[in-house]
Amino acid sequence: MATVTMEGLFYTKDHEWVKAEGNRASIGITDFAQHALGQIVYVELPELDEEFKVGDVFCVVESVKAASDSYLPVSGKVVEINEELEDSPQLLNEGPYESWIAVVEMEDPGELDQLMDEAAYKAFCEEEEANA
Amino acid sequence: MDLMKTSLFPMYGKYGGKMVDYAGWSMPVEFSGLTLEHEAVRTAAGLFDVSHMGEIEVKGSEAAAYLQNLLTNNIETMHDNQVIYTFMCYQNGGVVDDLLVYRYSADHYLLVVNAANMEKDYEWMIEQKKNYQVEVINLSSEISEVALQGPKAERVLQKLTDTDLSQIPSFYLKRDVKIAGANCLISRTGYTGEDGFEVYLIHEDAPLVWEKILEVGKPDGVVPIGLGARDTLRFEAALPLYGNEISQDISPIEAGLGYFVKFDKGDFIGREALFAQKQDGLKRKSVGFEMIENGIPRHGYTVLSDGKEIGFVTTGYHSPTLGKNIGFALVQAEYAEMGNTFEIQIRKRTAKAQVVSKKFYAKNYKK
Repeated sequence: MATVTMEGLFYTKDHEWVKAEGNRASIGITDFAQHALGQIVYVELPELDEEFKVGDVFCVVESVKAASDSYLPVSGKVVEINEELEDSPQLLNEGPYESWIAVVEMEDPGELDQLMDEAAYKAFCEEEEANA
Repeated sequence: MDLMKTSLFPMYGKYGGKMVDYAGWSMPVEFSGLTLEHEAVRTAAGLFDVSHMGEIEVKGSEAAAYLQNLLTNNIETMHDNQVIYTFMCYQNGGVVDDLLVYRYSADHYLLVVNAANMEKDYEWMIEQKKNYQVEVINLSSEISEVALQGPKAERVLQKLTDTDLSQIPSFYLKRDVKIAGANCLISRTGYTGEDGFEVYLIHEDAPLVWEKILEVGKPDGVVPIGLGARDTLRFEAALPLYGNEISQDISPIEAGLGYFVKFDKGDFIGREALFAQKQDGLKRKSVGFEMIENGIPRHGYTVLSDGKEIGFVTTGYHSPTLGKNIGFALVQAEYAEMGNTFEIQIRKRTAKAQVVSKKFYAKNYKK
């Protein structure tokens, strides 16, 4: 199954995506991630105003099979959470790029340089699929 | 170490199997998706590769006496072609394994054991042979096993055999049944809470039988099922998993499975310890619980009451059939009463849960 990616986003090796606008970053999980997880039945959101460093677990996405940690791609403070996911976790399956999990006020937008662009991420996913 | 592969390993790619390492085997955890597979077994039927399971043959003039001493259930009341579920325990009441016993005749049995425990079981069985006139033969590496489970299992399997399957009652077996021309041992047993069959055959025949069942079952919605749904299915039906509900450290009495421990049959390994647990009252009990607050309980999570640790979750899931967050926990006996509430530690927070009946899902066995 071909993985869907989106232009203009930044990506991590753990299959999170980041959409940056100024110092605000919306963060979600990618199509690859939601496929790998299967039907998502619960999302444990971070709390508002919670502060994280890059690489911290900020959210847990659960399928029937397992709980899977999501890592924050950039350091910062949580300024918005997508509460809709509490009642409708399946939105992450239905439209992984439409449903962000949280918005973070970035401490250092320079951290985005460490992430992959669409082309690099696409290649990364193909490699992961070949190794699966 | 290289992972072991079942005779059906070459088929998985075709059906999109996602592979995992399970007890030293490379096994499919999922095909079309856990929830879809789970639902297929509850409403139609699903096909499982369970070739990793171990099979140990016991025969000889004292086979029954040997097994009567080795196992907790009553072997001497079994009929020919009957199958029973039982535990094999240590002297201290801890569980070596849970297993099925197939009786061919009074002096000939087949034991079907967990893959992860097979070698340990076999060694334990040899150790307990002592002076019994009995042969214990490990057939595990020679036998493939598939399970067809679900309300349409009989109807589908019937298309591939002349044997009248409706004549095989639940927990009975039949030998030398031809399935798609292959010689099989079949039993009306399973690990899903649904009606269904387990089919034992030689490796060479397994791929063809697997393909044929999926082919003739297609109109009825038969799909291949991975280990993921195998676990959620058995869990909803309150069937224990070794290493979760029972283990070397959790006895069948603590797990609430005393029905399969027959104290009135005479002596057996572990009797004294298990009887003492029953007589003196249990310190820990297995309970079913349902989450009141948000969160999915998982195997190994801590159970708390007023911040004090009182036990742990043995299995927990977001139940595909019921849509609820439910689980089994082993807790200190004073917290086991129906309706009692406690908390489950879920990562950094705790969430309230309530003790409910373990019968989350009523088994649909053929009467």
